[in-house]
Amino acid sequence: MSDNGNSNGNKLILAVPSKGRLMEDTAALFAKGGLTLRKTGNERGYRGEVAEMPGVEVAFVSASAIAQSLKSGKVHLGVTGEDLIREQMADADARVELVASLGFGHADVVVAVPDFWIDVATMTDLEEAAVLYRRRHGARLRVATKYTNLTRRYFAGHRYGNAARSAVAVTMYRIVESHGATEGAPAAGTAELIVDITSTGSTLKANGLKILNDGVILKSEANLVASRGAVWTDAQRKLQAEIVARVRKGIGA
Amino acid sequence: MAANDNLADPVHSPRWIEALNAQATIIMAIFARAGFEPIAPPVIQPADVFLDVIGEDLRARTYVFTDPDGAELCLRPDLTIPACRHYLATLGSEFTDAAEPAVSTRRLTTGQPKPQGKTAQVKRLSYNGVVFRYQPAGDSLARPREFRQAGIESFAADNPAKAEAEILALSIESVRAAGLRAFRVHIGDLGIFNALLNAIAMPERWRAQLLHYFWQPEAFRAHLQRLVQPGQTSRALPLPMLGQITSANEAEAVAVIERHITERGLTIAGTRTLEEIAVHLRGHGQDLLVQPLAARSAEVIEAYLKIEAPAEAAPARIRRLLSGTGIDIEPALKAYEERLKLASQEGIDISQAAFSAGFGRAFEYYTGFVFEILSPALGDTTPIGGGGRYDTLVKAISGSLSVPAVGAALHTERLLLAVRGGRP
Repeated sequence: MSDNGNSNGNKLILAVPSKGRLMEDTAALFAKGGLTLRKTGNERGYRGEVAEMPGVEVAFVSASAIAQSLKSGKVHLGVTGEDLIREQMADADARVELVASLGFGHADVVVAVPDFWIDVATMTDLEEAAVLYRRRHGARLRVATKYTNLTRRYFAGHRYGNAARSAVAVTMYRIVESHGATEGAPAAGTAELIVDITSTGSTLKANGLKILNDGVILKSEANLVASRGAVWTDAQRKLQAEIVARVRKGIGA
Repeated sequence: MAANDNLADPVHSPRWIEALNAQATIIMAIFARAGFEPIAPPVIQPADVFLDVIGEDLRARTYVFTDPDGAELCLRPDLTIPACRHYLATLGSEFTDAAEPAVSTRRLTTGQPKPQGKTAQVKRLSYNGVVFRYQPAGDSLARPREFRQAGIESFAADNPAKAEAEILALSIESVRAAGLRAFRVHIGDLGIFNALLNAIAMPERWRAQLLHYFWQPEAFRAHLQRLVQPGQTSRALPLPMLGQITSANEAEAVAVIERHITERGLTIAGTRTLEEIAVHLRGHGQDLLVQPLAARSAEVIEAYLKIEAPAEAAPARIRRLLSGTGIDIEPALKAYEERLKLASQEGIDISQAAFSAGFGRAFEYYTGFVFEILSPALGDTTPIGGGGRYDTLVKAISGSLSVPAVGAALHTERLLLAVRGGRP
């Protein structure tokens, strides 16, 4: 199965975020569990190892690419946000297993509208406003987001985990894809509302936006995720069990 | 290996394509004999029309891309909208129409030549062409990501019931001529539902809301319950203020809202206006002032939507439900009966067609008669074809010119598959 790309010996491939807070928090958590993540070769390279576990190869990649690799089975284990997992896989539970919530990388994916929309507090209000908007402007309300799949499914009435569910399907909208500075889209006039991640809500507030009462699509955090699509040997399963045990120990510490 | 290619599938063999072509020749000949003019719209269409008119549920299944010039395009997911665009683009301008498009800050930019100075003309179009749809569960025989639609669209026909009967009859004649023996026809009629709402005392606003939720049974029932219970329609805003906004004239209402917003230091930005907020809130305010919907009326609406009957028996069932309620929707029922009568005059056996009051097909652009053709070979969730009346779609595309229309399309791969008993 060379197209799965995990044929180098029988090493378990662990994908870890390559930069920022996510990388630091992951390294710190593994360290608490007694595992040392380090790069091999060039400091700016993307290959690494777990010092205590020679059977593990580490790939340092972006959180978004980790979700993709878990989906295709290129890597066995990865650390990434649940938001990216759910966004990139409609059938996430068939493709991957969320092994452990890691307690960092908290972010809510939310529906936010301009705070001067005093007539819109819920998804039901939003749909009513959207119908009136269509009648007046002959166009749909535009939603700026990079979470196109989460948005479509939530607006259609899907419930993610134990988060809220919209009482009605919101239909009179269209998505405008936005990569970066999404919260500025309504003020810039490129969209009327947004779906984006927020941790404290302060960026939304600063941009004159408010979260709808039933507008929390998903409460996301970093997870240790196992790929169901990867080829697993018994030895790799054992390595997984050990990593999971160490990570759990790190969370408890 | 690229995923999802299934090159070994029999449907990618020349023999399958030959069989499809032979079938298409038969169907297109039937359409031509009935006087439908064949058209061949471009496969690549501007994405905006589809996205703004049909919305995200179809966009999620449409192959959208940006060309090197930055234009947002798509592989057509359907042929009805390209047929409407063809109709609009080829309208003669010898007739003039005084209708001006509504003023808007953000009018649809569909790249559509605006049919100003044009008026609706009778036109009957037919097509057989490939369409593309992303299949979330993967490419399969009954749900292929590229398939051919053979269809007919009738614009601005003088006699609506006759046009509907003809579309239905030609669709059935086509699947028969293709060799399908076992199939059944499922029909619905949003015109009857509309008439029912119009005949029951309630504000126009509620009718629009109920009609909008027709395609969402759960939300529909919840909304109906809210309309029956007084006070249930209020929102987060303080009641005295809602009352003030409602009793004032519109300009005063906007001023009250503006004061409220500026006192809180909120910024007004974007394309949605204070007037729109006022209209929305005044609607809620009025909901609190008017008589709630009579519980008996809500029961009638719910009971109507549960009606499932043989097509010919449906009007009697509906009349029985309405007898003694004072609700009169005779013109809509007569139109339904007229359509069925005309269809059987076209040689269609309607005795085994079934009517469901809650059936409206998946797209909200249907406004009246709808139907689907189902086969035991593929099952009830995989229709061979279908269509209906869409009187508001042309206006949604043109922005100004309103043209009543009815049409249907056959999923020709499914038809061939069903003719062969479910195997290619």
